[in-house]
Amino acid sequence: MSPRDLMGAALRGLTANKLRSLLTVLGVSIGVGAVIVLVAVGNGSGKAVQARLEAMGTNLLTVSTTGGGGGFQRGQAGPAAQQYSLTLDDSAALADKQLAPDVSAVAPVMTSSGATATNGDTSYTVNQVIGTTPEYMTATNTPVGTGASFTQQDVDTSQRVILLGQTTATELFTRPASAVGQTIKLGAVDFVVRGVLASKDSTGFNDPNATAIVPISTLRATQAGYGALSQIVVQAVDKDRVDTAQSEVTQLLTARHKVPATETSPFRITNSAQILQTSQDTAATFTALLATVAAISLVVGGIGVTNIMLVTVTERTREIGIRKALGARRRTILGQFLIEATLLSLIGGAVGVGAALIVTRFQLAGVQPVLVPSSIGLALGVSAAVGLFFGSMPAHRAAGLRPIDALRHE
Amino acid sequence: MAAESLIEIRDVTKTYGQGETAVHALRGVSLRVEAGEYIAVMGSSGSGKSTLMNILGCLDVPTRGEYWLDGSDVARLSEDQQALVRGRKIGFIFQSFNLIPRTTALANVELPLTYAHLRRGERRKRANRALELVGLADRTGHRPNELSGGQQQRVAIARALATGPRILLADEPTGNLDAHSTDEVLGMFDDLHADGRTIIVITHEHDVAARARRLVQVSDGRIVADEVTR
Repeated sequence: MSPRDLMGAALRGLTANKLRSLLTVLGVSIGVGAVIVLVAVGNGSGKAVQARLEAMGTNLLTVSTTGGGGGFQRGQAGPAAQQYSLTLDDSAALADKQLAPDVSAVAPVMTSSGATATNGDTSYTVNQVIGTTPEYMTATNTPVGTGASFTQQDVDTSQRVILLGQTTATELFTRPASAVGQTIKLGAVDFVVRGVLASKDSTGFNDPNATAIVPISTLRATQAGYGALSQIVVQAVDKDRVDTAQSEVTQLLTARHKVPATETSPFRITNSAQILQTSQDTAATFTALLATVAAISLVVGGIGVTNIMLVTVTERTREIGIRKALGARRRTILGQFLIEATLLSLIGGAVGVGAALIVTRFQLAGVQPVLVPSSIGLALGVSAAVGLFFGSMPAHRAAGLRPIDALRHE
Repeated sequence: MAAESLIEIRDVTKTYGQGETAVHALRGVSLRVEAGEYIAVMGSSGSGKSTLMNILGCLDVPTRGEYWLDGSDVARLSEDQQALVRGRKIGFIFQSFNLIPRTTALANVELPLTYAHLRRGERRKRANRALELVGLADRTGHRPNELSGGQQQRVAIARALATGPRILLADEPTGNLDAHSTDEVLGMFDDLHADGRTIIVITHEHDVAARARRLVQVSDGRIVADEVTR
């Protein structure tokens, strides 16, 4: 029997009971569709997290101390804690190319929360006022949208200049761009708005745009006092040198603060590349979990194929007997039923792929799915294999029937 | 073997089941059929005549005994070779027609030709010729449920003839037909016999058996009479 004849016979078999074939196809297509869609959702959420983290800058190290803590107020900690407090000198030492060659930029950071900004009659409580140096803007990927950043000279001379986050600027001036050059009050002190920061995507629960940035010297003089730094932001020269930079920072700080070798390091260094890696691993686990659930539904679809083929073989036992009496060989019968089963699952696979292509165009549970091309090929291949595998048992049963037993079947 | 017959069975028995519940359908049957014979096998129901036909048609295997078909020992043929014998040497005609449902008359007749690996065009030509021969040239596109019993049996005959087999095995071919259709079918058998085909008809009707040239009577699994009638 030629392939074309086999195909024709298989198609006639399938169309003989359209509703049954349709339901079986539906079972397989749900399985295949689920695999593709869920893998795309997992992939999409992984990509979204990655994009957000990359916006933060992947060659970024954030140094803070667990011993001293970031001091906002004067003299809040005892002498042991103060030993490990981060200072502006630490920041200067880290910026030294000789001591830490893999560090490209260093920005000391002090923060003050809950300050009230006022523009005439309008006031707004700024989430976080950051005192830092101009390096902060490049290191943390925080560009200035309109206006300009303050300069190192502003820091050196403690100028009362301020950069507003998008939310802060909007709250105070309605139109963020009009803020540049205006004077606002932060607490009781007048500040000239130098620029407005470009809008940032949220990486956590806090609005990253509800901020204001001032020179660190100004913040110490007017708001936070002269305590310890809350953190030092360190930028590595290259994405691949983040780990080297991290060990240089650790060594340098350990030496400067004379941390005993027996003690665990009081400095906590957050490596954004590590966070990225961790979240990518999490996303991969998530994707695998979703794919497993989907694969189970594909197997259930496959069992549907077996079930319907068993029914078909039983129903058509007499027909098998007739075919054998007319000279059909074992493998001809086997081929006919295998092709029927494979066609069922392949059609199901194609329908599933089509449905998945449509569904993944929309956001699902807040995630924009990103199709993984290999998952389409895999799902189609698996559905063909499902047909062959789950169809082979009924097909073998049909082919193995003795002609007289098949003919006598009622 | 001396003069080689087309069909020769020797001391064939067929037992279904085992022990005390065993049913002896055939209890030692020997039969020779020469090419071109027209034989009727008669017997009441349960006499073993259908079992005999199934064994002759390679649809069933004897429990004991030998079966030589056209010079070869059927017991030694593989499953595929037996399928080949059924397809090429034997044409079956059944009491219940056994056409494939939901499939046109033409496709039904083409089926054995498909299994014999004929090309599409050749298949179509031969199937059409066979349907023409049984007078159904205008019914090629009809499905079995759109045909009368007599027409269905004629399609079945066309299908049995399509591969040009030497032997036609008919099991109660007129059992489900009215008198007019019975006449038509038997007339066809006469023509086929005249063409030189070997025909074995299983029946319990005397007027059907009367058309054959030789009458074999089976009772209780044994051949009780074997005579040339015409």
